[in-house]
Amino acid sequence: MTQPVIQALGESALILNTGSSATLEHQQRLWAIAAQAAQWPHVRDIVPGMNNLTILFDPLAADPQQLEERLQEAWDTAAVSQKTGRKIDIPVVYGGDSGPDLEEVARHTGLAPAEIVKRHTATEYIVYFIGFQPGFPYLGGLDPKLATPRRSEPRVIVPAGSVGIGGSQTGIYPAASPGGWQLIGHSALQLFDPNENPPTLLQPGDRVRFVASEVIL
Amino acid sequence: MIKIIRAGRLNSVQDIGRSHFRHLGICQSGALDRTALSIANMLVGNPPEAAAIEFTLGPCELRFTSDCRIALGGADFGATLDERPLSRWWSVQARNGQTLRLNAALHGMRSYLAVAGGFNSALQLGSRSTDLQAGFGGHAGRTLTEGDSLSVGELNVPDAAVHAAPSFGVRAPSWYEADDSEPMPIRVIPGPEYDSFTVAAHRAFWNETWTLTPQSNRMGFRLSGPELKIKKGNDLLSHGVLPGVIQVPPAGQPIVLMADAQTTGGYPKIGVVIGADLARLAQLRFNRTLQFVECDAVQAREALRRDNLYLQQIEAAMHWLRPARK
Repeated sequence: MTQPVIQALGESALILNTGSSATLEHQQRLWAIAAQAAQWPHVRDIVPGMNNLTILFDPLAADPQQLEERLQEAWDTAAVSQKTGRKIDIPVVYGGDSGPDLEEVARHTGLAPAEIVKRHTATEYIVYFIGFQPGFPYLGGLDPKLATPRRSEPRVIVPAGSVGIGGSQTGIYPAASPGGWQLIGHSALQLFDPNENPPTLLQPGDRVRFVASEVIL
Repeated sequence: MIKIIRAGRLNSVQDIGRSHFRHLGICQSGALDRTALSIANMLVGNPPEAAAIEFTLGPCELRFTSDCRIALGGADFGATLDERPLSRWWSVQARNGQTLRLNAALHGMRSYLAVAGGFNSALQLGSRSTDLQAGFGGHAGRTLTEGDSLSVGELNVPDAAVHAAPSFGVRAPSWYEADDSEPMPIRVIPGPEYDSFTVAAHRAFWNETWTLTPQSNRMGFRLSGPELKIKKGNDLLSHGVLPGVIQVPPAGQPIVLMADAQTTGGYPKIGVVIGADLARLAQLRFNRTLQFVECDAVQAREALRRDNLYLQQIEAAMHWLRPARK
């Protein structure tokens, strides 16, 4: 097993980095460490990234040296989290006005739009982490054949609920924002509600399936 | 209650910020200048982290529709209460019907209005701060506009103790009076990717001055100066970031992440502004300059401790204003 690198990020955070190639096994280990570290005193926030984990702590109360040792120890002893996250189905309307770039993805991949929908809905994706905006999932598991470069001109506004492909990633925009991903569909599911607990529909470790509720070709 | 008569373009309700939800993509938000927020709050008998109005751009005007104890902290906006100058860092009694006016900022960028009892916008995910990107928290999840009414929370001490107190003030930390034609010194701890940058980039980073561009906002302060080049391609996987992190996108112009920064990022991190210097950075005006000064985590903690000591002295002195606090 490769040894992770633990680096300071200013006086109030540490990053544990597992290496340059992302693996699910590393990610599962990080989820297990995240759950432990959330209980440590003076730790304020734990942010899983892509095969890394950042912890934020109170710089006047915590001992960073001790936290670093605990992180290292947690990495050495944490079992790969066998517990799988919840299974969540995401209904999607593919194509038409809901997925204005489906044609573009078809052109780039050489696959028929119906085949793209078939492949996009065939996979069980894993939420590696949530970042960028509240509830935005970084999903692992996109069929490599569907990979399509981002648009050369990002849209000024991507509507909330848009399902897109950006390079070899796929995801859903919880809120309207600028964005450069190729939009292939739209889901009416609300991914973020600050009045709910937890406030986001998806969490790291959850397993996601896209279900075509309608395909407009 | 307070009624907004005329709103500046970027004024919002902010407290000390939101923690414990970054793993769900929820950013910190909160006052950019936490020192000014804390002092203004303590001057009216509030806990330092209570919700206040952050003013970024004037001019704006608001009316008190009940008696309140108020204090302004932060930048000098040439404020007046019913046409009479209102000093910063002063605790005064505002009467029902009085008008507070803030003109354009004369010095610094952000001012905080605290009221005794705090603004009691709904507590969402542990904070009353406005998350302007996600559109929740604070006042309806947005900046304040003309006609908004903000209600004030209940005092945790007998009203009389607060209302009967005479006007008084404190001396602000010295940086609020610094000459802003000089580059502002900002202390930085080298970041995880510091060694990926060229020697020329290192030299430029510490020795040149950096100009704050008007493209800056509550998410990030964009700086312009010499191009910071990286030795080799440095493709990082997305990782957690926090306010103070200095990212360098491919164009080589650094961005200092601020309170509304996204929770994860992927650009190389040349350094991190220490926590104690984020408040003064928040007051840097567009097109003014700063200079980075290298320091380490021990010095960063010492600076934070010193700032906290000053805040604790004010809090101790305020005790008579809230004798019933348990």
